[in-house]
Amino acid sequence: MSDEKTLAERLRERGISRRGFMKFCAATASMMALPPMMIPKIAAALEQAKRPSVIWLSFQECTGCTESLTRSHAPTIEGLIFDHISLDYHHTLQAAAGDAAEHAREAAMKDNWGKYLLVVDGSIPLKDDGVYSTIAGITNLAMLREVAEGAAAIVSVGTCAAFGGLPKADPNPTGAAAVSEIISGKPIVNVPGCPPIPTVITGVLAHFLTFGKLPELDNLNRPKVFYGESIHDRCYRRAFYERGQFAESFDDEGAREGWCLFKLGCKGPVTYNACATTRWNEGTSFPIASGHGCIGCSEPGFWDKGGFYDALSKGTHDSAEGIALAAGVGAAIGVAAAMGARVRQARADNKEDA
Amino acid sequence: MSGLDSIPVRVEGGPSQDFRTDNLQPVLVQLQQAVEHLLAAGEETTIDLGAMPFSERDEADLRERLGVGEVAATLDAFGPTRIEETRFAGVWLIEHQDAEQRRLTLHLHVARVPEILCAPIDDIADGLAVLRAMNLNLPDS
Repeated sequence: MSDEKTLAERLRERGISRRGFMKFCAATASMMALPPMMIPKIAAALEQAKRPSVIWLSFQECTGCTESLTRSHAPTIEGLIFDHISLDYHHTLQAAAGDAAEHAREAAMKDNWGKYLLVVDGSIPLKDDGVYSTIAGITNLAMLREVAEGAAAIVSVGTCAAFGGLPKADPNPTGAAAVSEIISGKPIVNVPGCPPIPTVITGVLAHFLTFGKLPELDNLNRPKVFYGESIHDRCYRRAFYERGQFAESFDDEGAREGWCLFKLGCKGPVTYNACATTRWNEGTSFPIASGHGCIGCSEPGFWDKGGFYDALSKGTHDSAEGIALAAGVGAAIGVAAAMGARVRQARADNKEDA
Repeated sequence: MSGLDSIPVRVEGGPSQDFRTDNLQPVLVQLQQAVEHLLAAGEETTIDLGAMPFSERDEADLRERLGVGEVAATLDAFGPTRIEETRFAGVWLIEHQDAEQRRLTLHLHVARVPEILCAPIDDIADGLAVLRAMNLNLPDS
C-alpha cells in the first residue's frame, strides 16, 4: 500500500547519499530524455514525490512487457523507481493468488480511489462478450472498465495494450482491442513496443512521480520525449544512409562495415521509439546495432504491414511515407537531425517549465 | 571439448562500430558557446552525449581533442562516477556508472567546479551531528 515516505527518504534509507541522489536524478533526466539543465528541478520534485499506488492488469499478452521491466539487473534506475511505486496488484508478480489477490486489488482501489495509476499490458478481447480471456471469472473487458473508473491515469504498456498488437493481427480471432478503444474520459498514455524498453516504461512512471502528470503525447498518445523522433532520425547508421551506403545482404561487406539496413527491410524510417538512443540491456545495444533492421514494433498494426525483410520501398499496406523515403534514398537530408531534436527537446523542457 | 565447442560455428565479429556519425563538430560548437556563456554570464551548461547518435569513434575523437587537464576525481555513490577536467579549464567530462560499472550517462559539463563534487549541506549537517555525538562520548582525560 502507498505510504507517506518520499522517494528521497527511501533512497536515503537504502544508504544512497545526497550525491548519489543527484546522480540518480542526472540518470533519470537522461532516461526521460530531458535536457540536463532540468536535473535540479527533477531533484526538487522527486524529493517530495510520494509513493503512488499502481494496479497492473495483464490481459491478452505474453508477459514480455513485465519481463522487460523486471529482468534488468539491480540496482538500476529502473529498479529504484519500480521499487518506489506501491505495486498493489500484478497477478504475475504478487504472492497472493485467487480470492486473496482479487481482494488486494479491490482494497487498493477503495483506498486510493481516483488517485491510483492503472497499468495495462495485453489487448482486450471483445468478441463473444470477451469470453476469450478472463481472470478470476471476470472478463478482461469487465475488469478494465471497473478498475479504469477509479484511476487517475492509465498507462498502456506494450503494443498489445496500446494498439491491439499480435492478438489483433489479421484475422483477429478474439476481436482484440486496445485500451483506448474501450476507455474514454481518462488520461491514457501509450507506451508501445514488443516489448517496450524498460527505461521507457519507468521513464513514464518517473515523469508521473516528478511532475504529477503524464508527459506530453503525440497523435498516437505516446510520450513525445521517447517517441518524438524516428529510429532513423536517431540511428548511428544514418550517416551511411545519407552517403547511399547500404548492406545488400546480411553477410556482405556492407553488413560487416555497419552500413544502413534500409534495403534489408529496416522499418526505422517509419518507426518512432527511443531504441537508437536509450538502447537495451542497460544501454548495451539495440537491434540495428546487432545487425538486424528495426521491425517497427512500436507502430500500430506492425504485424500486418508486410514482411520484416522487405524494404519499405517495396511498399506496405499503408506506407506512403516509406515510398517517399525510398525516392529520397541517398539525398542529403542532413545529419543535423540529432541537434534539431535537441532543440525540440529544449522546447518540450520549456513547456514543462512553464 | 564442451558441448558449445562442438558446434561448428565460426564467429567473425559483429557489425563494425568503427565509424563517425558527423555529430562531433556540432558538439564542439555547442561546447564553445557554453564556455563563452560561462565566462560572460557565469552560467553552467551540461551536454548529454547519450542524447544523440554518438559512436565510440566520436567519443575517442572528442577525448583526443579535449585532452586531459589537471583535475580528476572519482566519486563512489550509487556506483562510481569519473570526473575529469579536460585541457580546457572549466570543461569537464563526467561519466556516471551504476553499481555494476555500466555507463548511466556521459556528460560534457562546463562549470568552474561540478556541483556534484561539493559536499551537500544536508550531509555536512549529518556529519556535524555525528561529530558532536563523538565528542560527547570522548573519555575524560
